[in-house]
Amino acid sequence: MTKRHVTRRGVIQTGAIAGAGLALPTYLRAQESGFTNAPQGDTVTLGFNVPQTGPYADEGADELRAFELAVEHLNGEDDGGMLQTFSEKNLDGTGILGRRVEYVTGDTQTKSDAARASARSMIEKDGAIMVSGGSSSGVAVAVQALCQEAGIIFMAGLTHSNDTTGKDKRANGFRHFFNSYMSGAALAPILAAQYGEDRKAYHLTADYNWGYTTEEAIRSSTEAMGWETVAAVKTPLTQTDFSSYIAPVLQSGADVLVLNHYGGNMVNSLTNAVQFGLRQQEANGKQFEIVVPLYSELMARGAGENITGILGSQNWDWKLENELGAKYAGTNAFVQSFGEKYGFPPSQAAHTCYVQTLLYADAVTRAGSFNPCAVVEALEGFEFDGLGNGPTLYRADDHQCFKDVVVVRGKENPENEFDLVEIVEVTPVDQVTYEPDHPQFSGGSLGTCNAGA
Amino acid sequence: MDAIILQILNGLDKGSAYALIALGLTLIFGTLGVVNFAHGALFMIGAFCAVTLSRLIESSRTVIDESRTDFLGNPMEVQVPYVVDWFGESGGAFLIDWAVPLSILFAIPIMITIGWIMERGLIKHFYKRPHADQILVTFGLAIVLQEIIKYFYGANPIPTPAPSAFQGSFDFGVLLGFDPLTILYPYWRLVYFAFAALIIGGVFAFLQFTTFGMVVRAGMADRETVGLLGINIDRRFTIMFGIAAAVAGLAGVMYTPINPPNYHMGMDFLVLSFVVVVVGGMGSLPGAVLAGFLLGILESFASMREVIDLIPGINQVIIYLVAILILLTRPRGLMGRKGVMEE
Repeated sequence: MTKRHVTRRGVIQTGAIAGAGLALPTYLRAQESGFTNAPQGDTVTLGFNVPQTGPYADEGADELRAFELAVEHLNGEDDGGMLQTFSEKNLDGTGILGRRVEYVTGDTQTKSDAARASARSMIEKDGAIMVSGGSSSGVAVAVQALCQEAGIIFMAGLTHSNDTTGKDKRANGFRHFFNSYMSGAALAPILAAQYGEDRKAYHLTADYNWGYTTEEAIRSSTEAMGWETVAAVKTPLTQTDFSSYIAPVLQSGADVLVLNHYGGNMVNSLTNAVQFGLRQQEANGKQFEIVVPLYSELMARGAGENITGILGSQNWDWKLENELGAKYAGTNAFVQSFGEKYGFPPSQAAHTCYVQTLLYADAVTRAGSFNPCAVVEALEGFEFDGLGNGPTLYRADDHQCFKDVVVVRGKENPENEFDLVEIVEVTPVDQVTYEPDHPQFSGGSLGTCNAGA
Repeated sequence: MDAIILQILNGLDKGSAYALIALGLTLIFGTLGVVNFAHGALFMIGAFCAVTLSRLIESSRTVIDESRTDFLGNPMEVQVPYVVDWFGESGGAFLIDWAVPLSILFAIPIMITIGWIMERGLIKHFYKRPHADQILVTFGLAIVLQEIIKYFYGANPIPTPAPSAFQGSFDFGVLLGFDPLTILYPYWRLVYFAFAALIIGGVFAFLQFTTFGMVVRAGMADRETVGLLGINIDRRFTIMFGIAAAVAGLAGVMYTPINPPNYHMGMDFLVLSFVVVVVGGMGSLPGAVLAGFLLGILESFASMREVIDLIPGINQVIIYLVAILILLTRPRGLMGRKGVMEE
């Protein structure tokens, strides 16, 4: 039998060693420094900047739902969603690099200055290490530039203008959503197949950056397959009644109307075009047709039955896996998680935001660091699968994702308000891929990544 | 020629909405001397009266259809409107189809009540305050009202179609001796124009041919003297506020099939309607109507491709250019009383 002496010095020594041992993981995690908002403690904060007020508030609400779900899945709550189908298996439900994920939200109001202010607040006051979300290209470009200056990663939400990964691209910014060029390249062959190669198109284009790049993309794609553009008219962004722009369309000799409009503009211009009976008309001996290059489920809901038979393109659709098989794995897992939590299927805006959050978390895990430059390196040239779009590449040259594009048509007899479009075809990624120096994307440079302070 | 006729029709149609809103605005300014920036919100609330009645009529009970599944693979929930249960398939379908015209009856009492509450509860406290205060408080009210609507109905536009009998287009060309399908115009827009003409005519007749209207007109000309005769002019002016609110609301109800309503549609019309009032002459009812149609037609012509090619951007500024010209050369507006806005 040995006798143990408990001394004051022994207690202090043992306590000190035990305390140091317990504190070691935290100490090692806190070692990361030399970049903006290096996480300290057990948590990491992500900033979700979405329109919570203004005309795109419903789309912003759907993005927030998806972000919330992504955070839950990263933290090991709920059913894990796309973590089960993601080709990379680095995310194990323990947060990111062992830190529990927390988030803060900002309101972009779909205004560039407001979006920058809310992003700045999340970065400076809340310590957000990554900013994501948004429902407009103007906002995406503005917030992306801010994140570049601040040394923060920007994982863009819904932004479709070529410029986001074209002339305004930044090293710290990444876009999963498709773009105007891809819409044109995806739609053109299907338009030719459905409506013929001898068509005369009349474009109504929203008078701002996204409208210009979309018009340019659709025009060049359709003209390349033989269509003629008879006129392209800019419409003010604030326009609500498009009757005076639509009335002259039939007299112009056109037999197709292309509405380069989004949001409320799209709802109103399409509604007005249908009211004026364009779809019942014949022009040049052909049935008159209307095309909406960028579809949004929420806007389709606003346009109601007017979208019946109208062709357009989407980044993703919640029916993809059911209708086109396992290539689009991840879709059903996400729809299941989202649907059970919220009671309806997710929009493409929700999907892209969810995927961007997982991609960021995975990149950090693969890099083993939150340092933005390490994350950039991990995402550049990254090929993945199982997130709903099939095999996808995050191209290093411009930080644009390349994947299949979904061509859809307004459904004839929708069964409910969430089943408004039917998938016509999926255009393979090869047909929508372009060179990094393509003229529609020229004029900008990624620059170098900025890790900030 | 056909393009010109089409744009005149478009202009008359746009002008109808401008004229209806501007009529109410100028009625309030002429009677109460208040610059009401919440008037666009009344137009928007009118539109949401139509949305509300449509939803009420479409209220449904849920039936489970085991033969179909929803997006999660659960048995499909099918909605059966109560009106179909009560009035049969065709009766229910008729009520759902005619929800927008029926909303007129629903909207009138609601809009008069809202107008009355707005005037008695808030605006009357600002009668003697400067116009800047009135503008601030009514603009704030407009924002509050639209946020309330957004809270209950969301930010997305809500499709509210016209009755199927009024969907499609009327071939105006044939009527005027052109080839068929040359000048097509949507039936509902023609209905809107006729409705606006009826409402405008009704308001003028009310003011012109009734004792009540005569007293209101006298009060607009000289409020003090009418008061000295022992007539409670304030009460009549409050009623006029309610009528102006109802006119804006009805304009909103009938506008819903033209463009799906959303919570900020009132703001979209507000600035233009103020320009209409200024161009027509502050406080002048015929001026508001004339300027409404005039600016509507001008805006339509400025949107023609040939005009935009000639003067790029003219479609965006035409109304404001006209307003500047009028304010420079005739500050009291086209039909404003001499002295008003000219001091």
